Amino acid sequence: MTSLLETLEGTLGAWATNLLLGFVILAGLITVNAMFMVWFERKVAGWVQGRLGPMEHGPQGTLQTLLDVIKLLGKESIIPDSVDRKVFLLAPVVAFLPALALLSLLPYDANMTMTDVESGLLLIFAFGGVSLMGIFMGAWSSNNKFALLGGMRAVSQNIAYELPLLLSAMAVVLCAGSLNLGDIVAAQTGADGLWFIFLQPVALGIYLIAATAETNRAPFDIPEAESELVAGFHTEYTGMGFAVFFLAEYTYMFIVCGVGATLFLGGGDGPVLPGPVWFLLKVYFLLFLMVMARWTYPRLRFDQLMNLAWKFLIPLSLINLLATAAILKLV
Amino acid sequence: MSVESTTLKAYAEHPRTPEYGALRFGTLTPALEKAPEDGTYFLNMGPQHPSMHGVLRLLLRLDGEMVVHCEPVIGYSHRAHEKMAERGIFAQFLPNPSRMDYLGGMIYNVGYCQAVERAFSIEVPERARVLRTLCCELNRISSHLLWFGTFLLDLGAFTPFLLAFQDREKILDILDSASGSRLTYCYASFGGLTLDIPDDFAARTRQYIKEQREAFHTYHELVTGNVIFQQRCEGVGVFSKDTVLSYGMTGPNARASGIAYDVRKAEPYGFYPELDFEVPTREEGDCLARYFVRFEEMEQSLRMVEQCLDRLPDGPVGPKKPLVRVKPKPGEYYHCVESPRGQFGMFIVADKNPEPWRIKARTPSFSNLSAMAEMLEGTMVADTIAILGSIDIVMPEIDR
Repeated sequence: MTSLLETLEGTLGAWATNLLLGFVILAGLITVNAMFMVWFERKVAGWVQGRLGPMEHGPQGTLQTLLDVIKLLGKESIIPDSVDRKVFLLAPVVAFLPALALLSLLPYDANMTMTDVESGLLLIFAFGGVSLMGIFMGAWSSNNKFALLGGMRAVSQNIAYELPLLLSAMAVVLCAGSLNLGDIVAAQTGADGLWFIFLQPVALGIYLIAATAETNRAPFDIPEAESELVAGFHTEYTGMGFAVFFLAEYTYMFIVCGVGATLFLGGGDGPVLPGPVWFLLKVYFLLFLMVMARWTYPRLRFDQLMNLAWKFLIPLSLINLLATAAILKLV
Repeated sequence: MSVESTTLKAYAEHPRTPEYGALRFGTLTPALEKAPEDGTYFLNMGPQHPSMHGVLRLLLRLDGEMVVHCEPVIGYSHRAHEKMAERGIFAQFLPNPSRMDYLGGMIYNVGYCQAVERAFSIEVPERARVLRTLCCELNRISSHLLWFGTFLLDLGAFTPFLLAFQDREKILDILDSASGSRLTYCYASFGGLTLDIPDDFAARTRQYIKEQREAFHTYHELVTGNVIFQQRCEGVGVFSKDTVLSYGMTGPNARASGIAYDVRKAEPYGFYPELDFEVPTREEGDCLARYFVRFEEMEQSLRMVEQCLDRLPDGPVGPKKPLVRVKPKPGEYYHCVESPRGQFGMFIVADKNPEPWRIKARTPSFSNLSAMAEMLEGTMVADTIAILGSIDIVMPEIDR
């Protein structure tokens, strides 16, 4: 392993080797996370619904998703005649690619951020907005009314929920005094550090709701509401096109929960176990909450969803932000 | 010459020919054909759509998310049941009614038998009368459970669907042990039942009743108190009393709008006159009212099943030799029963032949669906699905 790295560094140079390494690790993380999450989600669903979930392939059905991936790879990608071909093919890529950049910004442990930038949090929200473009491109280019309706819903929903997401994160930023994710974790650890879940419980609640909506997950999955819009924005996608959208969804779930763990649960902070393990444990705990919400609640209606964001979450997060600022100024 | 040209002309003018755009939309009325200049657009929902309950097709004109105009198209599962009845003797139609409404199969099967028995004065032993009522009520619960599951599925909640199916499974097993089939029953025959119940039937049913009451508690905790669920249902799809009466809606949908009409009380049949039960009604007429009415009905049905079990007499369940050839008396006869969706009527016209001259089924979902189209105007797409789910239609029963 070491000799391989040395050879690589010799031929490519240190910068390119790091880039390559980071890329391979992130790609691995994305794939493994998606495969684990699909299995995990089906198992939790089974548990909630009083059944077993996947059991056939591997112990407790752990190989099920691997086989699903192989099946999806083998599927024919049908591109309907009436679609806008270029945009249609580009859409899944646009939806998925920001995920790579986003994963590299997460602080997995104190000194384990692949791209350590000062305004990491800002970058995360900026890149997160790009994936919406992919969804809308897919919906628009499909030339399908169900897809278009889904795309319209996705855009208005994401714009509405971006605000409470940002505002609740800003309250944490005020407490930590930095936009750098590593610094935010550092502010929660150490001798007098306190996890922001205790200082900002309201912000955490708003963040979780907005993050669920931002990733188009149930009960906010109206862009792909299968009982209304067939499959919403990805109605016309088959095979790998669909799989990439799917992969993007699970990766974004990981990212919003990763940011949540960083902002509110102290990132890699915890006793005994090493930092990255704690980080992943916290992320998957938040993911578990999202999965449970999906299998418990009915779906909101479009206007109710908008009302929740504009009339409740945004004012609440503004009040929370102002209160945080006022208290910080006075204390 | 003249006949031929008239026929051809009729064919050319028939709205199903391509000249009328039938290949794209079927028959379009002016409200749907409107030019898209007013910003509205046409959306074809179904017959292949995840929540069209089989093969319903809705032609919608939408303004953004709002429904401007809606036209249901039916007939995709037409199987000519009524015509089939004319092709054989009365007994040969026995398997058909339960295939019209596959969720209330037992009730349809019993309803047809009772219609024939009432028309031609055939005696039914007491035990068969009680057992038929018992099985019908179990069937009603299973139908309402499936409605509960699919309604919540339409609202986007997946878990209640599976919970409801697990409980429904128990009923199907119980009815399977008695009748030998799980969905499309042919348990009743003229003059009684085809088979007696197995020995452990009563014990299993009592056990099921106990479990079901606990399960209702779980449903209410999971669904009824949920804020999202209540917001999705409250005030959505309100049927006024006038609408209900003018469209001839019956069953839980009518009772949710404050019309306490139940065939079991209004025109008692079978063992119902001797049972103690209530007809739950609500005044609101919205999806939530229909939800509560169906739940209260299930609890009443459980009570009825218990009473039937307590008062089950011994004796034969039918004639010694199966009554295959009934002797018809010429005339017109009508008998109706309360299906899970409303009034199911059998209109029989008999002459002296052993085959029915005509059988007409009055099925409740047809009226309920007709009223829905008017109701959908001005609602959102998501409401369309919720209302459709809440009125509980079964397509083969509409198309027959």
